[in-house]
Amino acid sequence: MEESYLEQRCVIIGGSAGSLQVVQHILNKLKPGFQLPVIIVLHRKTDHTSGLTDVFNYRSTLPVKEAEDKEIINPGTAYVAPADYHLLIEKDLSFSLDGSEKVHYSRPSIDVSFDAASEAFGAGLIGVLLSGANADGTKGLEIIRAKGGISIVQNPASAQVPFMPKHAIESGVAGLVMTAEEISEYLNLL
Amino acid sequence: MEKVVTDQQIEILLNDLLEKYGYDFTGYTRASLKRRINRLFSLDKFPSFAEFRFRLRTDERYFARFIEEITVNVTEMFRDAGFFKTLKEEVLPVLATYPFIRIWHAGCSTGEEVYSTAIFLKEANLLHKSLLYATDLNPAVVSRAAKGMFPLHHLKQYSQNYHQAGGTAEFSSYYTAAYDHVIFSEELRSRMVFSTHNLVSESSFNQFQLVMCRNVLIYFDKELQGKVFALIDESLDPLGFLALGSKESMKMFPIVSRYRQVGKEKIWRKVT
Ligand SMILES: C[S@@+](CC[C@H](N)C(=O)[O-])C[C@H]1O[C@@H](n2cnc3c(N)ncnc32)[C@H](O)[C@@H]1O
Repeated sequence: MEESYLEQRCVIIGGSAGSLQVVQHILNKLKPGFQLPVIIVLHRKTDHTSGLTDVFNYRSTLPVKEAEDKEIINPGTAYVAPADYHLLIEKDLSFSLDGSEKVHYSRPSIDVSFDAASEAFGAGLIGVLLSGANADGTKGLEIIRAKGGISIVQNPASAQVPFMPKHAIESGVAGLVMTAEEISEYLNLL
Repeated sequence: MEKVVTDQQIEILLNDLLEKYGYDFTGYTRASLKRRINRLFSLDKFPSFAEFRFRLRTDERYFARFIEEITVNVTEMFRDAGFFKTLKEEVLPVLATYPFIRIWHAGCSTGEEVYSTAIFLKEANLLHKSLLYATDLNPAVVSRAAKGMFPLHHLKQYSQNYHQAGGTAEFSSYYTAAYDHVIFSEELRSRMVFSTHNLVSESSFNQFQLVMCRNVLIYFDKELQGKVFALIDESLDPLGFLALGSKESMKMFPIVSRYRQVGKEKIWRKVT
């Protein structure tokens, strides 16, 4: 019990097609002084992360930056996975990058990051899966739940592309199903 | 993705590899290594860790497979076009001033990067006085690199990368197609030397004007990265260049004080 009480906590968000605005919404709605680190893993076509962090930083409460190799994860900071690398989390709560084969046609893959993050944060991890047209993320949520973490899935009815959240729900790995509004409210209560 | 091999068991394996085969993976970042090991463990359907460990300890051929599968060999020609553009525009003109050019591709994988560099050297009319040393820990990729054969279905992408990097020739003039593969020209290959070399345990073997060590260091922890920087530094001419992968940097290491970054690409030039 004591150990899980001391557990470091972290939010990790995965999204694909139609998830950009949702991530933006969540980042804008987090209350000032939000203490947890937020890791963002998005599928996208362009290979420029810098454009993405700029877009997020425009209105985000937390500072948003690209996750760098070997960087220590700090509280109250949002990190975006760079394009074309899998983003891994080490036991010492630092990032490492990996250029291995795509998973679900994706690099970064949500499953890969969710899995690594749940190894590092265990029951302290809150995984959020958003809109998308891909099966990525379902396996990751399953692992997060198995380790005692919290699994949140965007309500498919509110998702621009419902396939990804629906896939997670139908596979029975969704702990909570919420709209973007509700997700930000929930995170602010953590 | 099922976790079957635990953290503790990974350490046992790493210890075995060091003891039995002299390969030291203890400085590799664990999250990536753990993924690769677990992937192999389920791929080869071992019923238990004990059997996996036993096979690895006793069967040298399986050890070879382990090396092949554990290393990440993903690569492409003219990977990061912006990098190759800078190489062509900023670095090659400096190398041109040397009577003889030595380049080391450390962690060359299947060789796509080496052939890319050779093509730009040829276009700068430098290939005839250059030698490209291509090394990797994994012997399987080194022998593939030496053949200069690449799957045909990648060539469209490679040709795009080449033109994006500032290449102006007909890309297909550098290879001949054979069934589902292409073979790069003998002229390119004749200036290359291939060999296995382990950055963790082996020492510097020559002096170079350019060392490319791209997308290798992300798999190493900080301490090992520092050691490899020292090894590369030792292998670089006083005014030599070091090229890293797009997400790698030497900025956190004291050694950086003796280097100056070239443009905004991951290229550093030794200045003292
Ligand atoms: C992702 S590939 C990089 C290929 C190419 N440089 C590029 O950037 O596309 C990384 C290579 O590093 C090699 N490698 C890993 N550990 C090594 C070591 N200790 N010594 C030499 N090569 C190593 C792997 O076998 C693999 O082929």
